[in-house]
Amino acid sequence: MTSSPSRDVLIDMYRRMTLIKQNDERFRTIIKAGKIVAPYYSPRGQEVIPSAVSVNLADTDYICTIYRGLHDMLAKGVPVKLLWAEIAGKATGTCKGKGGPMHITHPATGVMVTTGVVGSSMPIANGLALAAQIRGDKRVAVAYFGDGASNIGAFHESLNMAAVWKLPVLFVCQNNEYGEHTRYEVATAAKRISDRAAGYQMPGVTVDGNDPLAMYAVAKTAVDRARSGGGPTLIEAKTFRFHGHVFGDMDGYMRKGEKDAAMARDPVPAFRNWLIKNGHAGEAQLAAIESAIEKEIDVAVDFALSSPNPDLAELRRDVFSEELSA
Amino acid sequence: MTTVTNTAGPKPLNAIQAVNKALDEAMGLDPNVILLGEDIGDEEEGGVVGVTRGLSTKYGRSRVRTTPISEQAIIGAAIGAAIVGMRPVAEIMLMNFAAVAMDMIVNHAAKLRFMSGGQTHVPITIRTMTGAGFGTGGQHADYLEAWFAHTPGIKVVAPSSPADAYGLMLSCIFDDDPCLFIENMPTYWNPGPAPTPGERIPLGKAHVLRPGSDITVVSYSRVMNDCIAVADKLAKENIKVELVDLRTVSPLDIGTVLGSVGRTRRAVIVHEAVRAFGVGAEVAACINEALFGQLKAPVGRVGANYSAVPFSKPLEMAFIPTQVQIEGAIRGALR
Repeated sequence: MTSSPSRDVLIDMYRRMTLIKQNDERFRTIIKAGKIVAPYYSPRGQEVIPSAVSVNLADTDYICTIYRGLHDMLAKGVPVKLLWAEIAGKATGTCKGKGGPMHITHPATGVMVTTGVVGSSMPIANGLALAAQIRGDKRVAVAYFGDGASNIGAFHESLNMAAVWKLPVLFVCQNNEYGEHTRYEVATAAKRISDRAAGYQMPGVTVDGNDPLAMYAVAKTAVDRARSGGGPTLIEAKTFRFHGHVFGDMDGYMRKGEKDAAMARDPVPAFRNWLIKNGHAGEAQLAAIESAIEKEIDVAVDFALSSPNPDLAELRRDVFSEELSA
Repeated sequence: MTTVTNTAGPKPLNAIQAVNKALDEAMGLDPNVILLGEDIGDEEEGGVVGVTRGLSTKYGRSRVRTTPISEQAIIGAAIGAAIVGMRPVAEIMLMNFAAVAMDMIVNHAAKLRFMSGGQTHVPITIRTMTGAGFGTGGQHADYLEAWFAHTPGIKVVAPSSPADAYGLMLSCIFDDDPCLFIENMPTYWNPGPAPTPGERIPLGKAHVLRPGSDITVVSYSRVMNDCIAVADKLAKENIKVELVDLRTVSPLDIGTVLGSVGRTRRAVIVHEAVRAFGVGAEVAACINEALFGQLKAPVGRVGANYSAVPFSKPLEMAFIPTQVQIEGAIRGALR
């Protein structure tokens, strides 16, 4: 296949997946221990999707993501220290502690907007793509969202506009089978979300979002198409979240055994085994990646917990361009 | 005295021409200025009342984009382009249709600067028209500025004359924050004195339209003209009304208002929006907080009836605040 990734890209995808997995594990530990108090929407189980997309993007490409977006941000390259400090609400965070986990922003790595509103990543991603199109700078925008968001009006408005204007944008739906607590088929009339692309005359692809090679191929095709002026693509990446909607929910709405089965197919160790078995990487090489990430997280946790809180004067800053008077 | 009789200077122009001129000049000055909106291209007749006429022909359909009827997508596209350095002017044809795009305006445009800790900002201008008196009924004519003024992070601008519309529009386009710009539809075609070319009117600054010592009348947008007419009438009885045009509803230039009321010690606030929970309540509260004890009368408020905008002409005319009501409120405060 022409879009088979090189060995370097395979290792890079594994590094990004591991970065997400290990950060998520540490976040849950720290939140459980009460050291950080924050709403947390774990992306564990969905690591492959943004990793496979991001290896096809540059820092100058844009993403808009959502409240369950830690994986999207990490895969795109947001510095781990700044991310942790923001989630801890500290002055040293990406957003000076003023956004929090649902509003991480880091333009230097192309993380332009993180929204807490279902469906709202898509209209704004169109605008990023519109700027790229008008300027002819060949940048690409990616909107991440969930299966639930494909039922909100903004999805349909955005896909239509992107198709009419041939915008360089990817609509990447991470279908994890549940919109909050509600099962896919209870809320969604379309058999496949990708079927909805036909209504907007754009390619729609359903892919196993936990299969790194398949996900990479689909993402690469869509990014290349957008970058070369071919217009938008809707990607439905099938996946599963391991820790419910929000951290602390008891999964009471899930089918028995469903989560255990998904966790037994954990895509991160599966890819690790595949890399070794097929001679793309050695055990020691991957272990070194994992321990480097662990150390990076150690540093980030210390940094976040020891950083100062924001100054109360921040309440008057960034409302408008001019600071408000006290 | 406020309209038309400008004999020596440049030709009078109406608000359609004034806004068109501001958009044209801004696009000429800065390639980052783009226009988005329903029907705005010349193939679609340059907007339903022609505010954008000629601009797609002059600047091309890449920068002047006729959009689908998709208010969320229009504002979303403007926001996305703005956070990477463009200065989009997005038209929401009628102010009531902003309701369709409230998530984009309120949760995103207004808040991204704060939520990102100042890393991104959203220099968009949302143009919208409204106003009762045209028989358009309950979903095409509301003044909804209080919704937006109650949202930190978005500036709300409401000019009362074509010249102000020109100068304020230029300021909105080149301001680094999101601005909501309210145009009055029924008076679109009324000519007024021409603006000074290139002159921008600062945002967040009220304008003392006419000095007076007996009472302060605070207003903005179309009804400012009713206030002028009432002030003219009362001047014949030697009642000196000071007229303060807010120009920008939010951020509110309370300093200018308090400076005026501190002198006159009487105030009436007039707006076309429904009186209850309106901008007038905020202005009155600010005056009371600062000047309690100095006021000679309770601060008066004049606004529209607490109902939807009615269709039937007699009902519609009774819904809108009238010159009779404004005069009554002034006389009441002077008693």
